[in-house]
Amino acid sequence: MKTTRSTYVSKMAAELKPSGIRRFFDLAAGMEGVVSLGVGEPDFVTPWHIREAAINSLERGFTSYTPNAGLLELREEIAIYMKERFQVNYSPKDEIIVTVGASSAIDLAFRTILDPGDEVIVVEPCFVSYIPMVELAGGVAVPVQATKEHDFKIMPDQLEQVITPKTKAIMLCSPNNPTGTMLNKAELEAIASLAIEHDLLIIADEIYAELSYDEEYTSMAAIKGMRERTLLVSGFSKSFAMTGWRLGFICAPTEISGAMLKVHQYALMCASTMSQYAAIEALKNGRPDVDEMVKSYRRRRNYIVQSFNEIGLVCHEPGGAFYAFPSIQSTGLSSQEFAEQLLLKESVAVVPGDVFGESGEGHIRCSYASSLEELQEAVKRIKRFIDSL
Amino acid sequence: MELTNKEMEIVEILETDARIDTDVLAKMVGLSVEETGQIIKKLQDTKVLVKHISIVDWTKVENHPGVRAMIDVKVTPKRGVGFNDIAERIYRFDEVSSVYLMSGTYDLSITVEGKSLNEVANFVSQKLSTLDSVISTTTHFILKKYKHDGIILESDNNKDKRIVVSP
Repeated sequence: MKTTRSTYVSKMAAELKPSGIRRFFDLAAGMEGVVSLGVGEPDFVTPWHIREAAINSLERGFTSYTPNAGLLELREEIAIYMKERFQVNYSPKDEIIVTVGASSAIDLAFRTILDPGDEVIVVEPCFVSYIPMVELAGGVAVPVQATKEHDFKIMPDQLEQVITPKTKAIMLCSPNNPTGTMLNKAELEAIASLAIEHDLLIIADEIYAELSYDEEYTSMAAIKGMRERTLLVSGFSKSFAMTGWRLGFICAPTEISGAMLKVHQYALMCASTMSQYAAIEALKNGRPDVDEMVKSYRRRRNYIVQSFNEIGLVCHEPGGAFYAFPSIQSTGLSSQEFAEQLLLKESVAVVPGDVFGESGEGHIRCSYASSLEELQEAVKRIKRFIDSL
Repeated sequence: MELTNKEMEIVEILETDARIDTDVLAKMVGLSVEETGQIIKKLQDTKVLVKHISIVDWTKVENHPGVRAMIDVKVTPKRGVGFNDIAERIYRFDEVSSVYLMSGTYDLSITVEGKSLNEVANFVSQKLSTLDSVISTTTHFILKKYKHDGIILESDNNKDKRIVVSP
């Protein structure tokens, strides 16, 4: 007997919510003369010596697979880098896995640690992928809201309230996309002690760690007692302006790393070979580039935050990343309305805060990874837009 | 003189963009407009900031006369004053836009600007070569400028290639 299906798409995939960013991309993509503060990536092109290293690797014919965990030379460089820069020790042999961007590292983490029904506390506002990735891995995402009253820093008692026997991990991102908020050592320690008390893992998305502007960055894995319960996610995209290379890495204790490597080898085999050669060069000789970029972002942050506050959009000082997250509540518009009208009337693209979680409502994410001229033009247009309301 | 962090920031920013508005500059370094203005004045008074000029790509201007040559000059240094005397003799000419003392196979590297090949050739043969201390000259005309003082003059690669909105 012939059978028919109503759909070939899995229930899981069908029920995934499309990213709210997608809608704005479609809207903005069709328009001319758009000044975009909606871009979640550096405005620098990858430094030439890094690109040259990749070209060289191609010329020399390094076009085959690498070991599943990545080139050992790269893992060794990552180990040195993590130790020197963030005071965390990982063995290049069995505690570091090179991934396809930080995104695949996060996916790998969830797929490795979650049993069906396990809960992951996700601090919002956050990167749009965390919750879908938890769900795709069979887990249950439990969002908890960092609020503007605390400059979007999550309070430990908020976390404590949602911890249940099923809680397996806390997903944390600092400096944060979209708020730019960075947690200091004391704040990390408070969260760490909760994790230790309740025997939880922490997935620390530290992709923006290099882009911290006021205080010395502290890694979650560097907090006492946390190395063994932290899955540290990082990569090259933001620090070395290498988004398109799709290269990240994850560091975790041996037992978890070993299990992750199994998942990784079946799912992805290994990260792109030429990207790995580029990354070796980045870690060996890219420090001056990072320092220059950080300097440049810091100046632009100072400019944009003060400008927003001057035109009446209250904005906390973001300690890292390249996002300002001003409040638009004074306009009486929702963040979706604000972003859409701003785009249509003044051709400025920003991302409405609610796409990053409930507590992002009333805010817009503005990336200042754009030229100063563009930032000035954007501020001018946003001011005109607000005045017209 | 030693610069404070803020002064250094201001110098670095002005070095790449001399025309930046003072109020924008002030915001970038986290000072008031007045404070920023005072620092700029101080930097100008102490000649840390020497002059604000524009980098012009004259090749874009049709019929603009002008050639530029780099000339390697071998000279005989003089007792007591070394190369300084002859360097000064050379840099006083209006045609000369830069003079550097070099290590290596020749002594002075000078840049000369003129309206035509002829004008530069005349300068070299009649004024430069005839100086007592000058032993020899090698003239290289600049055919095309690709990058000048860290600025890439012509490239189609500078466009923003990023997608408009991304997570």
